[in-house]
Amino acid sequence: MEKLLQVKDLKVSFHSYAGEVQSVRGVSFDVGVGEAVAIVGESGCGKSVTAKTIMGLIQTPPGEIKAGSEILFEGTNILAMTEKEWAQYRGASCSIVFQDALAALNPTLTVGRQIAEKVMLHTKVSKADAYKEAERLLTLVGIPNPAKRVKQYPHEFSGGMRQRVMIAIALACQPKLLIADEPTTALDVTIQADIIDLLKDLQQQLNMAVILITHDLGIVADVAKKIVVMYSGKVVEKGSNTDIFYRSKHPYTQALLRAVPRLDADENQELESIEGTPPNLIAPPVGCPFSTRCKECMNICQTQEPPEYEFEDGHICRCWLYHEFAQGNKEA
Amino acid sequence: MKKFITKRFLQMMLVWVLVSIISFSVIFFAPGDPLYMYMTPEATGRKLTEEELQAMRESLGLDGTAVEQYTSWATKMVQGNWGISLTTKEPVLNEILKKLPATIGLMGASLILSLIVAIPLGLIAGTHKNSWIDNIISAITYVGVSMPAFWLGIMLIIVFSMQLGWLPSSGMRTIGVVSNWDVIKHGILPAIVLSLNNMAVFVRYIRSNTITQMEEEYVQTALSKGIGKRGIMYGHVLKNCMLPVITTVGSRFGTLVTGSFIVESVFAWPGLGTLGMSSINNRDYPMVMGITMFSCTILLLGNFLADLLYGIADPRIKIGKE
Repeated sequence: MEKLLQVKDLKVSFHSYAGEVQSVRGVSFDVGVGEAVAIVGESGCGKSVTAKTIMGLIQTPPGEIKAGSEILFEGTNILAMTEKEWAQYRGASCSIVFQDALAALNPTLTVGRQIAEKVMLHTKVSKADAYKEAERLLTLVGIPNPAKRVKQYPHEFSGGMRQRVMIAIALACQPKLLIADEPTTALDVTIQADIIDLLKDLQQQLNMAVILITHDLGIVADVAKKIVVMYSGKVVEKGSNTDIFYRSKHPYTQALLRAVPRLDADENQELESIEGTPPNLIAPPVGCPFSTRCKECMNICQTQEPPEYEFEDGHICRCWLYHEFAQGNKEA
Repeated sequence: MKKFITKRFLQMMLVWVLVSIISFSVIFFAPGDPLYMYMTPEATGRKLTEEELQAMRESLGLDGTAVEQYTSWATKMVQGNWGISLTTKEPVLNEILKKLPATIGLMGASLILSLIVAIPLGLIAGTHKNSWIDNIISAITYVGVSMPAFWLGIMLIIVFSMQLGWLPSSGMRTIGVVSNWDVIKHGILPAIVLSLNNMAVFVRYIRSNTITQMEEEYVQTALSKGIGKRGIMYGHVLKNCMLPVITTVGSRFGTLVTGSFIVESVFAWPGLGTLGMSSINNRDYPMVMGITMFSCTILLLGNFLADLLYGIADPRIKIGKE
């Protein structure tokens, strides 16, 4: 598959009074043209920071994108772009949908204006045509009566409809990559499925690459062909969705999967959780960041960082358990 | 909408009645006697007898208890009779209306001036948070908030009227000159002094609004659309910053009214403030009451208009709908 986006050894830190918070510590993954990729991990693992870096939304300072990091979009390193090139890239090549659509939409501008303004910015069209395009996009994301809706304000929409508006804004100008940063976290469970279905339909219909960022493994299975699992600023495991769901290698991924509630589970079975909290990223641990919470932790895990182990086609896991000396510890 | 307006008007009536009772009592119980104005100094003239004083009191409507005096004043007031000034013997309302244009002009000019200066300064300070330019603007606003208006007025008179001789120091017109430019020249210093305090408050308010709005997530969305810094500032942030300012402007009407009393006295501006100060000094009760009630009305109407405007400007607020 042709590669659209390549993230190579991305390191992002934030400078605060308490010290340097190393949010993203060497993340690498690829996204193919028209491919759907999910980044999964718990709060503070650096997944949103990664997304915002791809979008160029990290404020520097306090943020700092470390030297050596590379993000190639169609072969161009976007981290080296000028402000003018960024403005052309944002929105036209790559769009983002945020978690809380109510906060992410401007409360004092009509929905139509918020879509049309983006259309007018990147394409030479008249105002009337831009509003026509806004209506078309609202229809595309499944909002009925678009001619009336374009004149309304965000507070006149329901939560799910607002998230559809956000998606409509993101779709304007046909970007090749859509980043959805926890698009369903702020929504009712019943609406979540609708939005995920919509994203999946659009991805296939428009052959658009999607990066779905979430902490909910349950929603990615359906959409993403490739899954990247992040923990404390690092990629601990990545692979196809079958690799992750049926052949997961990393103890963290396995624990995450056990923590997903199952409909077919026994009535009295307790829901599993992962004990402990993620490490402090101001002073990240020396060894494997998951070692403090890992049930299969070995001595080496606390002192040395595990290397990447590759299994069949692109299934990668960072864990000492797959070192040849550790074979006895793991029933593979 | 209709319901909202009626409700607000009833509330305003209540405030109005309370203000009238409180200010009437303050005047009534304050020391001093309007009859003092009619007496010749004791050392040189004949002392008035008690009967003569009583007759005068009756003729001026100053006999009777506080309650009697208040009800008689209030009944006439409601009928549109604001009483007769004790010093000029003219109807109070006529006097007020005569002085009104000068005061409204001064207040309007200073309000516009303070907004024209405050909006850009506030936006610049907010977008350049903690930079040297923000620090300079903040320093100016601290001075503006804490400097007494009368002192600033006197300093400006010393510098611009007496030392440099650029602007006149008092009054509204030069005798014998009839031109608008002459009035404007007289108005520059009073308008600056009157606007300074409000200006400082507006700058601080707009600055903090800008800072909060810049951190809102919709700014990130706008950025992700590819909009430049300037476009975000004027297309997205400005409107959200300015909406709450409308309410602040309404609430600053009070400072504008009290400020105009001081500023008009310093610059001998022939408006309501000067009239008010002299009637207080002369214990001209009907006039003091008239001006108090008039200022109170301006204040209430100002707040009311600000609320109406806010409802029109902000799509999230629909007045009269619960």
